[in-house]
Amino acid sequence: MSYLPHTPEERDEMLRAIGVESVDDLFSNVPEGLRSGPLPIPQGISEMEVLRLLQSLASENLNLDTHPGFLGGGAYHHYIPAAVGAITGRSEFYTSYTPYQAEVSQGTLQAMYEYQTMVAELTGLDISNASLYDAATAITEACTIAINQTRRERVAVLGGLNPEYRKVIETYMHAQDFEVLDIPETWTLDPADLEAALDDTIAGVIVQSPNFWGALERMPQLTDAAHAHGALVIVVGNPLSYALLTPPGEYSADVAVGCGQPFGIPLSYGGPYLGIMATRAGLERRLPGRIAGETVDNTGKRGFVLTLQAREQHIRREKATSNICTNHQLMALAATVYLSLMGKQGIRDLANQCVQRAHYAAGRLVEIPGFSLAFEAPFFNEFTLRAPVPAAEVNRFLLSRGIVGGVDLGTVSGDMGDCLLLAFTEMNSRQQIDDLVTTLHQLQPQTAAEFVAGATGGAS
Amino acid sequence: MTEPLIFELSSPGRKAYSLPALDVPEVPLTELIPEPYLRKTPAQLPELSEPDVVRHFTHLSKLNYSIDSGFYPLGSCTMKYNPKINEVAVSQPGWKDIHPLQAQSTVQGALRLMVELQELLAAISGMDAFTLQPAAGAHGELTGLFIIQAYHRARGEMRDQIIAPNSSHGTNPASAAMIGAQLVTVGTDERGRVNIEELRSLVNERTAALMLTNPSTLGLFEEDVVEMADIVHRAGGLMYYDGANMNAIMGVARPGDMGFDVVHLNLHKTFTTPHGGGGPGAGPVGVKQFLAGYLPVPVPTRRDGVYILDADRPESIGKVRSFYGNFGMLVRAFTYIRRMGSDGLGQVSRDAVLAANYVRARLNDLYPQAYPGTNMHEVVLSGRGLREHGVRTLDLAKRLMDYGFHSPTVYFPLIVDEALMIEPTETENKDTLDAFVDAMRAIAAEAEVNPEVVTSAPHSAPVGRLDEARAARKPNLRWRPGGDQEPAQVPPAGEEKPLGV
Repeated sequence: MSYLPHTPEERDEMLRAIGVESVDDLFSNVPEGLRSGPLPIPQGISEMEVLRLLQSLASENLNLDTHPGFLGGGAYHHYIPAAVGAITGRSEFYTSYTPYQAEVSQGTLQAMYEYQTMVAELTGLDISNASLYDAATAITEACTIAINQTRRERVAVLGGLNPEYRKVIETYMHAQDFEVLDIPETWTLDPADLEAALDDTIAGVIVQSPNFWGALERMPQLTDAAHAHGALVIVVGNPLSYALLTPPGEYSADVAVGCGQPFGIPLSYGGPYLGIMATRAGLERRLPGRIAGETVDNTGKRGFVLTLQAREQHIRREKATSNICTNHQLMALAATVYLSLMGKQGIRDLANQCVQRAHYAAGRLVEIPGFSLAFEAPFFNEFTLRAPVPAAEVNRFLLSRGIVGGVDLGTVSGDMGDCLLLAFTEMNSRQQIDDLVTTLHQLQPQTAAEFVAGATGGAS
Repeated sequence: MTEPLIFELSSPGRKAYSLPALDVPEVPLTELIPEPYLRKTPAQLPELSEPDVVRHFTHLSKLNYSIDSGFYPLGSCTMKYNPKINEVAVSQPGWKDIHPLQAQSTVQGALRLMVELQELLAAISGMDAFTLQPAAGAHGELTGLFIIQAYHRARGEMRDQIIAPNSSHGTNPASAAMIGAQLVTVGTDERGRVNIEELRSLVNERTAALMLTNPSTLGLFEEDVVEMADIVHRAGGLMYYDGANMNAIMGVARPGDMGFDVVHLNLHKTFTTPHGGGGPGAGPVGVKQFLAGYLPVPVPTRRDGVYILDADRPESIGKVRSFYGNFGMLVRAFTYIRRMGSDGLGQVSRDAVLAANYVRARLNDLYPQAYPGTNMHEVVLSGRGLREHGVRTLDLAKRLMDYGFHSPTVYFPLIVDEALMIEPTETENKDTLDAFVDAMRAIAAEAEVNPEVVTSAPHSAPVGRLDEARAARKPNLRWRPGGDQEPAQVPPAGEEKPLGV
């Protein structure tokens, strides 16, 4: 068998060395009553057959390589430079383990240290960890930091947080009987309303900007309002936006979390992505997960190790800051290579392209009768469009024309059935945007009604 | 052999990127986004050409040890060969370039793969239903504990104690703490098994679950597992299976038949998705039917010939992460399972157990087995014999690097003096196992006649022994122009810490 090297002769030699007659003897500690027999799954197939099977299954998916699309909502379709895959595809990186034996893991450790530096630079904060699973779990870890730091047991969440993330917070906080205070907002929140909604029992305030609907919040003022009540400010944001927008460190936020997927990581139907977490100095001992630090070897040469491990589960067990062990190092490496390729200017040029394309699209879309922007606040690469018909119908109509539309906000909020969240990246050419506009011009209410009448429903 | 930091290689004005021409009319940024929202100073990312970037990271890669370059016998980590077809299979645009919020009608292949993987994992582990959401083993543990907690709460029972053996992975107690539970530790008996009489005395109306790894982290099969399950179930608790050691028992025994109610599997251990230098992994969780309603939403399922994401599950614990799981890892594991099939996976476990017993047989005169007897897919030996020469297990770990091997897991399980936890896996040939054994024996000889060569190792690694205490005392966690140090002062960690699991 391809991956199993032993010949029958070698197996016999090994059995003789062990002093048993057969491999079955090695399982004598497994009680007879527990023996299961062969696994009830199909027999194996050749490499060629398995590839055909996977290709065939993959072809049942409509992919954004061949179809224009405008989906965002926490995952964005960006171009991935070829050099990213060339590096993450090096098996020295992808087939190594967590770098516990530092002397033979300097590649991973130095890349971690470089990643931490880049995340600190982008967020404007002092310290980054080496990665977490995704944005949602990073937020729950940030909640734990806030709860432990303030010794308070409630967190506040603004309504503009991605509902995917909100649900995950609920699961984690509910398990520990911590309370979540929802602060509703209409597209953006007035800082005075935040101040009024808070009291001195709140450990942390979770604010997303650009928020789920695409709008930019007034972060410095919201931060001041939360700090006035002694709460930590946990900022959730698309890290690409910090190339151009005020980063959390500049307005004294305490923790920045987000999803690093825009940095060279494929959409891959939702994962694996990259949970980013950075904090201000003073919170480093509350950080979850791995952190790389610089040190020297026994000859004084610079080297890197995993450090501050007294926070971690393999040392502290139930007293650890988190249970996280395996994190998302290869995704952090992809982001590090990506940010190295884009560099100081490239990341700004890229972010500017997203801003320009989104604003061009917004300007064209509102010219269509019945369509309008849902809010007046500034936005980055994503905005909410109000349609004259249900967003679900808009999406179905677009899909019938070969276009993957936006996020139907009716699926997350009952009163937003006419709202469509649209995202734009460098992948969306003017032609794609113009085609979107032209197609939507054809979706006049009458056409829509006919289309809806003709639609048979099915999975949405 | 060291490599400058990428920031030290930067030169202002160099570029490695290309963007399409901006083909929409460009408007000054401040006319689109008011100035108060804009960043004042650019992030100081490095500036290099593409060849510079590629060369830097290629240099870094060469400083790493990896499975593809050599033997990596980290106990509890299952560092087996990662088949290349996994990487080819997952690179199809139909997997890579699909958005998690696409209409379900446009991702039928993805949903079908998830449903079929759930079914395969259920068959392999003997469970009834699976979730693929958890991103790693520890995340699977937490998900499993959320489910167990929800089950007890639904029955109006406030059970707040989690029992775990003193040999358990650190993630078990850490996960228990994350549901606000109190950890209760059960000891190990003279045979290296869970002390069943002690367990009997520990269970009560506060017992939520027993978390058990089987085979245990000592590499031994818990023969009394059915009785343990009976003790826990009679007390009203549930049985949780830590699947880190599943590689030992495929086609031999199934956790679902041993009395376990909740199971997590590590796709990055047993099912060959690459470890990636520390993730991403995937930690699917399986449950018995009576717990299926608690699984995280949405659940990929088949209904009337169509694959859907079922979010309408009122008993569910909710979501444990964004979207549906580390999908890319699911594709790889599915590829491996279909490739190997029933016979193949059965042979995997048989060969894994054969290899670990062979290593034990050839080493336990010099490195005594912690608890003597036939072991499963890994063996825990002790390096305590070297101590009389002033050589510690950590030194042995470093000296192995000079012989071209990665160290086994050391100082874990915590209950074994100078622990050496060796998991050879099924993919290493006999020549490699013999060479490793020879190196271990040679180092034992060196410890007697020339201990300094061991205690000062490694000698041929890219760097010499690194000063971890200094790193923790004066944390320098990021580069700054001019090399400013971080101001934080933190006490150093202990010397004898587990390295591997």
